[in-house]
Amino acid sequence: MSRQALLRVENLRTHLFLKRGVLKAVDGVSLHVDEGETLGLVGESGSGKSMTSLSIMRLLPKQSGRIVDGNVWLDGTDLTSLPEDEMARDWRGRRVSMVSQDPMTSLNPVFTVGDQVGAPFRYHKLAQGARAVRDAVVKVLSRVRIPSPEKRLDNYPHQFSGGMRQRVVSAMAIACAPRLLIADEPTSNLDVTIQVQMIELFRELQRDSGLGIILITHDLGVAASICDRIAVMYAGRIVEVGDVRTMYRAAAHPYTQALLNSIPHLGQRKRRLYAIAGQPPSLIDPPVGCRFAPRCPRRTAKCDADYPPQVELAPGHVTACWHPGPGAVA
Amino acid sequence: MRPSGTFPREWGKVVTGYFLRRVLQGLISIVGASIVIFFISRLSGDPIVLLLPTEAPPALIEQVRQEMGLNEPVWKQYLIFAGKALGGDFGKSYRWQAPALELVLDRLPATIGLALAALAFSILLAVPFGVLSAVYRGSLIDTLGKGFAMLGQAMPNFWVGLLLVLIFAIHLDVLPAYGTGSAAHVLMPAIALGWYPVAAQTRIVRSAMLDVLDSDYIRMGRAVGASERVLVWKYALRNAAIPLVTILGVYFAAMLGGAFVVETVFAWPGVGRTVVEAVFSRDFPVVQVGVLLTSILFVTSNLLVDLSYGFIDPRIRYDR
Repeated sequence: MSRQALLRVENLRTHLFLKRGVLKAVDGVSLHVDEGETLGLVGESGSGKSMTSLSIMRLLPKQSGRIVDGNVWLDGTDLTSLPEDEMARDWRGRRVSMVSQDPMTSLNPVFTVGDQVGAPFRYHKLAQGARAVRDAVVKVLSRVRIPSPEKRLDNYPHQFSGGMRQRVVSAMAIACAPRLLIADEPTSNLDVTIQVQMIELFRELQRDSGLGIILITHDLGVAASICDRIAVMYAGRIVEVGDVRTMYRAAAHPYTQALLNSIPHLGQRKRRLYAIAGQPPSLIDPPVGCRFAPRCPRRTAKCDADYPPQVELAPGHVTACWHPGPGAVA
Repeated sequence: MRPSGTFPREWGKVVTGYFLRRVLQGLISIVGASIVIFFISRLSGDPIVLLLPTEAPPALIEQVRQEMGLNEPVWKQYLIFAGKALGGDFGKSYRWQAPALELVLDRLPATIGLALAALAFSILLAVPFGVLSAVYRGSLIDTLGKGFAMLGQAMPNFWVGLLLVLIFAIHLDVLPAYGTGSAAHVLMPAIALGWYPVAAQTRIVRSAMLDVLDSDYIRMGRAVGASERVLVWKYALRNAAIPLVTILGVYFAAMLGGAFVVETVFAWPGVGRTVVEAVFSRDFPVVQVGVLLTSILFVTSNLLVDLSYGFIDPRIRYDR
């Protein structure tokens, strides 16, 4: 492969130590992101997508969350082995950054936008002195296309619209030109036109700087329009990964197929929206066999007995299923 | 009037309108307080009994009563009092034969000074305790802070005062037991008065900090590399200050009006002590001025608290 692997996550296990038990939120996840590539991490809520990204950032809930096994290699450094102060000083916001779910709540309401976007420059000492920080902020705000940034600098977040706020959040995240950007549902709270603008913005950043992106979403439509590859998560594990075309045309895992089936189509009026029957299993006490088995149309005795190994169906197209294959569209 | 300006230019207008409305409300409260105190103080009995010897002839009693305007119906007495008060004349103290207003105003700086010192003491304890016990939730400092704060709330302030005197003035002999004159004098009364609200303030800061530290914007700050110190003491604390300021106003007002016990313990020459003495000697003019001034301070401090929100929280600044 000509492209350089930027991020390599190996057998990551993240547990949440809760009162009612140990929740195995991420249970042996391996994935990689190349330079300039966008990997879509897709799955329903509670599947471990966000916990995977928080593990990479080392931003797990302090009281309960811990990485119990696995490695996160970014540019040849294992982030799981770094001390916390080094992680904050040299990595977070500098080489790996995050745009979180909600633009409405991701900005501090009592500080100006200029102060907040300038913060990463100050932390990583990329601009010294008020003047230099201000100039850097104006530059990055205009990069995310905030109109007349030098005037908006002293405004507070509530004076911005939702789409503009998401741009501000993105500006904060990309301020120090990180190598990897984790975008956790960056468009889910925005209306469709702004979603498109955001996606355009991410693409542009990628073209300019070779930024690797992990896009976390439950919206397969958004994932299809921006991602190079897609990894589908279910109950703490990746069940299928492949490039976008393969995933949409030849998905082999029944869960991926079910997800694709649940996308409503324009003009579809004959039947009710498709929904996968049943619930995901408890991650405190997960089943030994395939975790999707109880909801799976292809379930056999083998599925309940053992977790399926990963099989490579085509170069780069990997699934964990005892009975992979083209699905019958329900 | 509901102004809805979004730009700083209109801010002045917005705040002025709001300010005027609040001042008007405050005036109504003060008038209400003056009515209540005027009638209630007269329930305590006839001042003549205390002013004149018991064997005074009835004719003399009648004469003094007439001179002092005490023979009129109470409502009429109030109208006379209110009319004069508007002109700045609050009458003479029955006991000291001096203008009541002057008597009380003389004592006002001592009361405000003590209340400010007590407030500063409570903030100095509550903010670090609240912040640290939120950051290190469930740790030793959380438990200790809670215990120390609860202790202050559980002990009546006159008793705390006596205890402080016993320890620091009598046993250790490092602080003056009573009186005024130096910074050392204000220390013990301020602690006695300021310890009580520490518990409530700590709790407010702690719970506000817990909410804020859990928020998306703090996580966003972490995600771009902020150190915990900057996140906690700069970005989180300012958000957590909003609910704190609210109760600070209430407690400050309560300290202004409710300090008489502590003032008595430490022989602190404040308004509270003067008013309590005046109540016992049925010195109505002094009681009226004291209560009226306290209610003015109360209303003013609440107004200042409301206006200070705008400086802390820009959303309020522009929305109102």
